[in-house]
Amino acid sequence: MSQKNSSENVMNIKTGLAEMLKGGVIMDVVTAEQAKIAENAGAVAVMALERVPSDIRKAGGVARMSPPELIEEIMSVSSIPVMAKCRIGHFAEAQILEAIGVDYIDESEVLTPADEEYHINKHNFKIPFVCGAKNLGEALRRIGEGAALMRTKGEPGTGNIVEAVRHMRRINAEIRNIVNMDEAELMGAAKDIGAPFELLKVVRAEGKLPVPNFAAGGIATPADAAICMQLGAETVFVGSGIFKSDNPDKFAKAIVKATAHFNDPAIVLEASKELGGVAMRGTEISEIEESMKMANRGW
Amino acid sequence: MNNKLHIGVLALQGAVQPHKAHIEAAGAGFCAVKTLSDFKKIDAFILPGGESTTMLKLIDRFDLWDILAEQFKKKPVWGICAGAILMAKEVLNPTQKSFGLLPVTIERNAYGRQLESHIATIKGYDVSFIRAPIITNTNNVSIVAEHKGNPVWVEQGQYMATTFHPELTFNTPSPMHQHFINKVKNFKIS
Repeated sequence: MSQKNSSENVMNIKTGLAEMLKGGVIMDVVTAEQAKIAENAGAVAVMALERVPSDIRKAGGVARMSPPELIEEIMSVSSIPVMAKCRIGHFAEAQILEAIGVDYIDESEVLTPADEEYHINKHNFKIPFVCGAKNLGEALRRIGEGAALMRTKGEPGTGNIVEAVRHMRRINAEIRNIVNMDEAELMGAAKDIGAPFELLKVVRAEGKLPVPNFAAGGIATPADAAICMQLGAETVFVGSGIFKSDNPDKFAKAIVKATAHFNDPAIVLEASKELGGVAMRGTEISEIEESMKMANRGW
Repeated sequence: MNNKLHIGVLALQGAVQPHKAHIEAAGAGFCAVKTLSDFKKIDAFILPGGESTTMLKLIDRFDLWDILAEQFKKKPVWGICAGAILMAKEVLNPTQKSFGLLPVTIERNAYGRQLESHIATIKGYDVSFIRAPIITNTNNVSIVAEHKGNPVWVEQGQYMATTFHPELTFNTPSPMHQHFINKVKNFKIS
């Protein structure tokens, strides 16, 4: 079943779609109406969910894949790609999402993991996968399993950017370290960080991950989007930040604007003045119980 | 004297960087362009692949519509996938605004969703079709290549469109980049 390109000379078609999403904002939506607001604001894709991460935190219990009818309804009103989440390791949920025909599957720590030992063998699917990572070893393990796109884990549903920044910086620093290594040191690094050796060779040669890297987890303002993009994220996922703000439409538009011109403080300033309300209330990471930290799910 | 051509890839959103290696391999300079001052420095535009809805919103939000329309009158333009949609005279599924540079009708996501994305060989070169549109009707344009019975590479005057992505192929330059850059050269001379 694994999807091979007809040519080794062409980027994998799964990563190809991620290339199309670069420089944009992917927004979590829980209704068809929100999906239209997101698309109209200029989102490059939407993540169809039953609840945004901050509500998943509040609700507690087991968080599963969203109901198929909800995902289908959101797909029916969207002209942009639609993503949906399955639980870590839950390949049967992923099979359902593939049967629905979503454009991307997020094997996500936001949901309650279904398997604490193994992630999904993503090579078995025709639909591309995005996965979260806190560091380079984790990113390369997921890519080794077939992820076509990576994102930082951050700490979802908090409106607190600190973890996404930490993950972005850590991966950047680890890549710089690998690039500077003598080739003979590479196998030792592969052992230390638990990364596939062949993928580390690619990182050393190219100075970047073998697939695009987006930022996610705690992005709540235009400035949050801009810091992630300046740290090297190629697109941002905004979860609770938009529809938990005072004015989702204006918030969504402002974050899109700031992301497109993340290097121009004058435009990020303009976007910051166009919010029409206050950002979602943030949560201090140390106030979250260890067992409720989503970034610790998966390995 | 520097007569190197500068090809500007509209960088509001989408697959911008993959063009760099192709443009440079074809002997021209790559620029990612977002503002009028950027546009003034380039000889031709590439409207890249990405999400056409997003690009339209950003063009409007940054008040670039009239500026770009004016620029496009004076320079060669190549639209790829989402970019081809922006260049068409008529857009379907859903209907949306476009610059109307090429007299074609184009239907968005016409092969289907990501599951129908595929690789195909066009003029001997492997390219990607990603949630690609289909050109369903043409009027007086030259059809350079067809795929599954529909035009996928068309041109007229200084304008060219492909519904597929040659920029995601690693052999540089792609014949499509080479062809476009030759077109820009000829346009400068005439």
